[in-house]
Amino acid sequence: MNRSYLSIKNLICGYGNFSLDSLNFEIGKGVFAGVIGPNGSGKTTLMKAITGELKISKGLIMLDNKNLNQLSIREKATKIAIVTQHTEEVDISVEDYVLMGRMPYRTNFQFFETKEDLSIAEKYMHLTDVFRFKDKLMSKLSGGERQLAGIARALTQEPQLLLLDEPTSQLDISHQIQVLNLVQELNAQMGLTVLMIIHDLNLASEYCDYLLLLNEGKLYKKGTPGEVIDYKTIEEVYNTVVFTQENPLSKKPAVFLVSNKILTESRKNLTDKLPDGKI
Amino acid sequence: MSRKHFIWIGFAVLLLLLVAAASLWSLLAGEMKIPLASLPTIFENKSGMEYAILSNIRIPRLLLAFSIGGALSITGAILQGIYHNPLVEPYTLGISGGAALAVALVIVLGLNMSLGTLVIPAAGFTGAFITIFLVYFLALKRREININRMLLIGVMISFVASSGMMFLMSISSADNLHSIIFWTMGSLDEPNATLITVMVVSSLAGLIISMLFAQPLNALRLGEAKAKHLGINSSAVIRILFIIASLLTGLCVAVGGIIGFVGLIIPHILRSIIGSDYRILLISSFLGGSLFLIVCDIIARTIIAPNELPIGVITGMLGGSVFIFVLSRSKQKMIK
Repeated sequence: MNRSYLSIKNLICGYGNFSLDSLNFEIGKGVFAGVIGPNGSGKTTLMKAITGELKISKGLIMLDNKNLNQLSIREKATKIAIVTQHTEEVDISVEDYVLMGRMPYRTNFQFFETKEDLSIAEKYMHLTDVFRFKDKLMSKLSGGERQLAGIARALTQEPQLLLLDEPTSQLDISHQIQVLNLVQELNAQMGLTVLMIIHDLNLASEYCDYLLLLNEGKLYKKGTPGEVIDYKTIEEVYNTVVFTQENPLSKKPAVFLVSNKILTESRKNLTDKLPDGKI
Repeated sequence: MSRKHFIWIGFAVLLLLLVAAASLWSLLAGEMKIPLASLPTIFENKSGMEYAILSNIRIPRLLLAFSIGGALSITGAILQGIYHNPLVEPYTLGISGGAALAVALVIVLGLNMSLGTLVIPAAGFTGAFITIFLVYFLALKRREININRMLLIGVMISFVASSGMMFLMSISSADNLHSIIFWTMGSLDEPNATLITVMVVSSLAGLIISMLFAQPLNALRLGEAKAKHLGINSSAVIRILFIIASLLTGLCVAVGGIIGFVGLIIPHILRSIIGSDYRILLISSFLGGSLFLIVCDIIARTIIAPNELPIGVITGMLGGSVFIFVLSRSKQKMIK
């Protein structure tokens, strides 16, 4: 990995009875990292701690050697942009929505967008292929188109770190692939550092360079997809029987789920073939 | 500037011209009609009857209609934006209820007789102000404002104040009852020049300050958390805008009594015409509200002349009908 860019040190943060338990990890510049883990493992809490939505009780979050907690809300918005699973179904045109990404750079006295704002927004609308429907209302777009517009808006913020909070959870597989291919291209072309929360282990494995597996507020495992995703780890963390196999093209691990019925019926036959749990 | 910005400017100029035309009509129309041609000469003869009518009645009413209409409308636009709720208006938060209760108390206790007529607007403003503080502090949770909680508390305060009003009305004399009912129906008949000046200056200041928050209000359309991701200090913006909206409402209620519907319908109608971008919505809401109340005042003064209808009756009937018409034609969503 490149030198540390996003660095989390002894992070304790949470609400109610739940808290992240002294989290430590580092992500290099230009890395596409994924955060995986079961429900309630602390993925969203981690994201909220980074964005400042949740106050941290202890620890440090450093981005490019700057303590994020010491930055103003406006400064933070010029360094971090977020795309969530629900990009807003509002009656705002795509162009106006994307232009909102320039807000952190504008003062309250600057009433109209500058030429620079317009050209930056246009550049990212072209890059994300939303320029063709820039006059449409966000509320009239399909889920996939809305997510692309969300990414265009996030890029218009010209961030150093792009946070994605389950960006594909509402999409069909075609749009999931479209959105993640785009993020992967941006990551490769622009050297953009990406941290993505994702539930789908196969998408996480296929697209991310580096994975952080959380469980009950702790960092259970970190490393490349090959180092993190194996049937034993997934079974321990998710309490679910899975099989893993290497994707013949990408050489990354793929996870197969099996229903209880099939598992019971096939247990005897499979046991003979699966000395190490792998097909 | 883009084409959209030119359309905005054109629209604002059109509204300004309509306000100017309505203002002129307001000066000329009434029980005693004044011909347009004689208007310039009236101000030369300061001892004339027409000069007295203009300077003592019509100009003060015009200034109040302009400023109260604008202030109530802009307040409605702001509150609907903060609460993401199309049914919120300046009076939803219990501000009018608190003001009305205070005024009713003053009338029942006879303080307006012993301390002078200015005690009524003072009571209205105090009642509105106490309600604002109650709503604000009861809605605070761990130093953060919970806007849904704030809305519910406002509605509940309205109910409590309304019950208090009914109690006071049930024990008051016939004269006092008439005064309370007349005040709650709203009136622009305020002769005090200081109050009129305060109202005009405050409403224009409210417009200018809220325009500085047009972009944060746009970001708040995406929700508080999303606005924060765009660099907007959502809680600070909501706090400031709430205070501006409350003070303007308190002042409007204190000076003009309860004039309903303006803050609800005008921002709605303008949203469906020019869109929801607060950079144009705020200024057009102000001008639209002014235009609406000036026209309502003309109707109230002339429809059964020489008698006069309470302006709240006209705003309710005219505003409600126009609102239903616009809503039935509008295919757009009501807010966002």
